[in-house]
Amino acid sequence: MAEFLQFFFSGITVGAVYAMVALGFTIIYNASEVINFAQGEFVMIGGMTSVFLLSAGLPLPLAIALAVAIAVAVGIALNVLAIEPARGASVVTLIIITIGASILLRGLAQIVFDRQFHTLPAFSGETPITIGGAALQPQALWVLGGALVVVLALGWFFTRTLMGKAMRATAHNRLAAQLAGINVRFVLMLSFALSAAIGAVAGVLVTPITLTSYDAGAMLALKGFAAAILGGMGSAAGAVAGGLLVGIAEAMGAGYISSDYKDAVAFVIILLVLFFLPRGLFGGKSVERV
Amino acid sequence: MSQKPLRVLGAGVVLGAAAAVAAGSAAYAQEDPIRIGSFLSITGPASFLGDPEQKTLEMYVDRINADGGVLGRQLELVVYDDAGDANEARTFATRLIDDDEVDIIIGGSTTGATMAVVPLVEEAHIPFISLAGAVVIIDPVNAWVFKTPHTDRMACQKIFEDMQARDISSIGMISGTGGFGTSMREQCLEVAGDYGITVVADETYGPRDSDMTPQLTNIRNTDGVEAVLNPGFGQGPAIVTRNFAQLGIDVPLYQSHGVASASFIELAGDAAEGVRLPAAALLVAEDLPADDPQRDVVVTYKTEFEEQWDQPVSTFGGHAYDALFIAVDAMERAGTTQPEALRDAIEQTTGFMGTAGEVNFSPEDHLGLDLSAFRMLEIRGGTWTIAD
Repeated sequence: MAEFLQFFFSGITVGAVYAMVALGFTIIYNASEVINFAQGEFVMIGGMTSVFLLSAGLPLPLAIALAVAIAVAVGIALNVLAIEPARGASVVTLIIITIGASILLRGLAQIVFDRQFHTLPAFSGETPITIGGAALQPQALWVLGGALVVVLALGWFFTRTLMGKAMRATAHNRLAAQLAGINVRFVLMLSFALSAAIGAVAGVLVTPITLTSYDAGAMLALKGFAAAILGGMGSAAGAVAGGLLVGIAEAMGAGYISSDYKDAVAFVIILLVLFFLPRGLFGGKSVERV
Repeated sequence: MSQKPLRVLGAGVVLGAAAAVAAGSAAYAQEDPIRIGSFLSITGPASFLGDPEQKTLEMYVDRINADGGVLGRQLELVVYDDAGDANEARTFATRLIDDDEVDIIIGGSTTGATMAVVPLVEEAHIPFISLAGAVVIIDPVNAWVFKTPHTDRMACQKIFEDMQARDISSIGMISGTGGFGTSMREQCLEVAGDYGITVVADETYGPRDSDMTPQLTNIRNTDGVEAVLNPGFGQGPAIVTRNFAQLGIDVPLYQSHGVASASFIELAGDAAEGVRLPAAALLVAEDLPADDPQRDVVVTYKTEFEEQWDQPVSTFGGHAYDALFIAVDAMERAGTTQPEALRDAIEQTTGFMGTAGEVNFSPEDHLGLDLSAFRMLEIRGGTWTIAD
């Protein structure tokens, strides 16, 4: 039982990060139907920037706030410089642009930062909490708490604010939203800013556990993508559930089956979902969204 | 054969005697530079190997040139970045051999990159000194291939020797699935029996894995684990070390020489306390006794590297240092860069004191190091200390 609990803790911690990456995918997908493969780079920028600002002498909270702000700026720049000019191009073209952007960002990070691995100090110490014989890192609570706050804040934003409603309207029907007077270009930009912010927050929270480096984003993007697919592309609840499930499946797979195939778990999930459940767990039934 | 090498040698003597006017010498201007080719993993997952290696080669080639070069000829360094990709390494090695027409190749940060290039240099007859770890590079011996770092098999032996001394007989292993981890795991499993050690738990993790708690939980729950060994390099061992401490596993943890750089301590933090690993003397340069034969060379290299690059020295750069100076030494003894003569001269290297230890090559041994080259280190108070 202690063993199961340990795998579970390990799974939900990593899963919470996948969930946040998946949320980023979801927001941009809803606003533009684009799958932004530079999502993992936002996570990396959040982590790396706060590491470097911290070592430059800034206090941790300020370093984190600045790192998130910089990631948001990068997200907006990505939209303005790469996605906007290609407006009207097919979705596949836009997706390929984001892949190019992710390679560019990775290359820039190598130059701006360096090629070493880095870490941040854990926010509230490193003494593990023991529950039922299993150890849970205090930082994992930060990650889980952070994911929860992000999910709640997004829920509030999308259902209670005008801007959030405008984004949902755009997601439902871009043309109709435009006719109703919604500035869909601003919505698109906001979606990139929001995704970048969520990615950066995830990056900051998880760096004390997983470490970070200029190329840390690629694998996270793939896992987050698997999570988003599992949850149903476009569903925020699905992204969270998908992320946690992928994380738990990985940890259980590594613990009970064989650690050799840990990374394969996420990709087997993508394949199974695409074969048998193409709309994911929480995907709508409507055909036109696919 | 009769004319040119003699003239080269003559020019070398003249230049050595009058280095100040050498730059203006006609003979000097006519001589082609000696071309040293290199492919390194300067970027990518193995960049922590390629980065100090490149910096070391650049820095010492410049210094050698400033001192008048080798055999009166300047050195020209041609470096390509294979980004840790064996395919790229092969492409660049082909370019080094065919287009750049190098006299010798020093490089191959990773075992994968090195092994991809071995058939090329064997066919083209270009001496090649590899900077990668695995024993397969020099066992079986390839005529044109040498290497400077200790092998993973030696690391296993050194670790098991230490375990034996601590009465440890059954261990758990958690290995990275990258080239280094896979190879070292196999070597360790092979030699464990020689030291009366049984591996009772055998787990792995992927090179980009960010959480090894499940694997370590399985090791913890295995009966009779008296120590844990983690072959691997990169960020993996740092995460293993942290997870190990978080799970409160109460047995000694051994890392491999793959993590022997200051960044490991920095990344693993307090969790690194008490971790043991075999490593070259370079890491504890200043702590070596004054009469240690290696002290001079490691202290010099450490000081010069840290002065120039303002970053802590790592053993990996040391491998490049050794390779470069073995090559230079061989060129001087051969008096030429003609491939066969240079290869033979490298093979005849004896008593060469490098950062990895004393190198004695022979036709049967293209590694030339023995176990004494390794020191068993323990991390105490956030720094390396000599454990034996």
